[in-house]
Amino acid sequence: MSETATRPALQEFLANLRAAPGRIVDTAFRSGRPTTDRTRSSFVFGNVFLHLHSARTHRWSLRWTTTAGLGIATLAAFLITLVTGVLLMFYYKPYPDVAYESMKDIHFIVPTGRFVRNIHRWAANLMVVTVILHMARAFYTAAYRHPREFNWLVGMALLVTTLGLSFTGYLLPWDQLAYWAITIGANIAQSPREITDALHITSIFDPGGLQRLLLLGSDTVGEEALIRFYLLHVMLLPLVATALMSVHFWRIRKDGGLAKPHDVDARLGPPPSGTYPVFTEAPAKTYHLAAIVKGRTPLVGHGPENTVPSMPHLFYAELGVLMLTMFVCTALALTFDAPLKELANPLVPENPAKAPWYFLGLQELVAFSAFMGGIGIPTIVLVGLGLIPYLDREEAGTGEWFGGPGGWPLVQRSVVVGFASALLVESLVIRFGWLREWFPGIPQLVITAINPGTVLTLAYGWYSVWLVKRYGSARAGALGLFTCFLCGFVVLTVIGTYFRGPNWEFFWSPGEWGH
Amino acid sequence: MTTTSGPAASRLDPEPIPRRDVLGLLSLWSMATALFVALAGTMRLPRAAVLPSPSKKFRAAIPATLAAGDPFVPPGRSVALFRDAEGVYAISIICTHLGCIVKPSAQGFECPCHGSAFAPDGSVTKGPAPSALSWLSVSASGDTVIVDEGTTVPAGTKVLA
Repeated sequence: MSETATRPALQEFLANLRAAPGRIVDTAFRSGRPTTDRTRSSFVFGNVFLHLHSARTHRWSLRWTTTAGLGIATLAAFLITLVTGVLLMFYYKPYPDVAYESMKDIHFIVPTGRFVRNIHRWAANLMVVTVILHMARAFYTAAYRHPREFNWLVGMALLVTTLGLSFTGYLLPWDQLAYWAITIGANIAQSPREITDALHITSIFDPGGLQRLLLLGSDTVGEEALIRFYLLHVMLLPLVATALMSVHFWRIRKDGGLAKPHDVDARLGPPPSGTYPVFTEAPAKTYHLAAIVKGRTPLVGHGPENTVPSMPHLFYAELGVLMLTMFVCTALALTFDAPLKELANPLVPENPAKAPWYFLGLQELVAFSAFMGGIGIPTIVLVGLGLIPYLDREEAGTGEWFGGPGGWPLVQRSVVVGFASALLVESLVIRFGWLREWFPGIPQLVITAINPGTVLTLAYGWYSVWLVKRYGSARAGALGLFTCFLCGFVVLTVIGTYFRGPNWEFFWSPGEWGH
Repeated sequence: MTTTSGPAASRLDPEPIPRRDVLGLLSLWSMATALFVALAGTMRLPRAAVLPSPSKKFRAAIPATLAAGDPFVPPGRSVALFRDAEGVYAISIICTHLGCIVKPSAQGFECPCHGSAFAPDGSVTKGPAPSALSWLSVSASGDTVIVDEGTTVPAGTKVLA
């Protein structure tokens, strides 16, 4: 080889080396950087993570008042718990007493351990809050209606999974809260015995005992139970949640994007200046696939004019919500430490033994009847919520806040009814007691059937049926029922949190029982 | 060349039961059956056959100074022992509501978790507990008693010790 041939090759090599960093970035985007309509679209559908989104997003979906970003905030909180949870697994040991020691290590010795655990806890709490608010948003904007019925069911499964993740999570520290929460939780699982015992059939038919045995792996709360809750918390439930979330997000897109009012274009008005009009370039592909796909797409019956490229409009909004969620979790983690009580003591329950705030409404209910409060009423509520999209087949008000017959005034009245009846029932119980105090020796089945929880549920149900008749609309009934249940949840949770002291007795303020 | 008899068969006529459908249905149902059997088998796994809990029987010495009707809780156990003129008896102090440990006193038992209260004989007087506290089997053994937490006896069963 001659001298002249080698020099350009070496120069080219050096030039390629210099250009390599920029080219690595360029090749990460399969179709170039997202600077034109076409590359912005392929940026979305060419990316395995982003292609759950559609390439273009309706302007209605991007309005802050449409969703308040609650779904994305829930996902963000889930991702934060995932990352911090994996970090905590470096040091956590799922064995009784040793678990408590390792929690203390994480809290006092592991570098950043306390901070990471605090973030984990606050993100988990935030996830419960946002998942409930997100469900309320989907309900009040009537977003569960056809064709989104099934996604409402998937969302409810995610609500239950989220609560399951929280429940299994706060058992792991093996402190007093953990131990007595497992005990109470396992006995709620066993509470169908309240019925089978009263009917004297427990010896032949014992679903309660089976549930408790499956949960604990033993007849006492010990190492078997801890490893089961650990397995559920770090493996099974996160897998279930991930699978359900994937379906949930995919269905949003396949069911036609977010729910929109029928006159959405008129409401939005002309697009602001600077928005790219659709299809400024000739499409690179023909649309033969679109011709065979059946069902709704985001664009059926509407022009594509009111959509904007998801990159950057949607993704930057989502990123903003993610950053806000992280900021909230970090700020809370720096301000408040996650609690760690004394080592679990199987002989001395805390007095009062209180679950985390989001279960205190349930605890108030199980204080009336274990089976009805822990299993019966939650099942009734879940079945009722699940049936809503299949009973409300109307179209008026879809995509509007408090849309449908009755609307906002009906919701306001339902807030009054919901709060008033919950407070009335609670004050009756607190002031005068319940059946057992009035008629000692009353059969347990009567108390299981007629207790403050079931009375309140019946009152709400009756009010809702009355609304269906009054307005001639299932949506009106649903608006009333959902609002009432939210109010009932708030009343029971607040009473359970602030007004119940030792022996679950009523106190006007925690100061009275020396909190 | 093939010869055909009877009405001419067209290649467009569907077979009565197409071979592909038979194979497809067969694989589908075998998969469903296998999944069901596997699921049933898997569900069997988490149900423990042997319960890894410590022995339910224990020996306790009741203090000689114990007054009639006063509770004595052996250290580390969730059982209250009593002694009166008719004999010794043991009442479980695990609440029948949700498994908290009730506080025994001469006036009865109180649960700290959800406010159930029980009479000195274990029957429910207040709160959400669905049934009375269980009476446990006691047997005399010299100057001590052996309590079996796993065996319940009818309320009122007392043993002379």
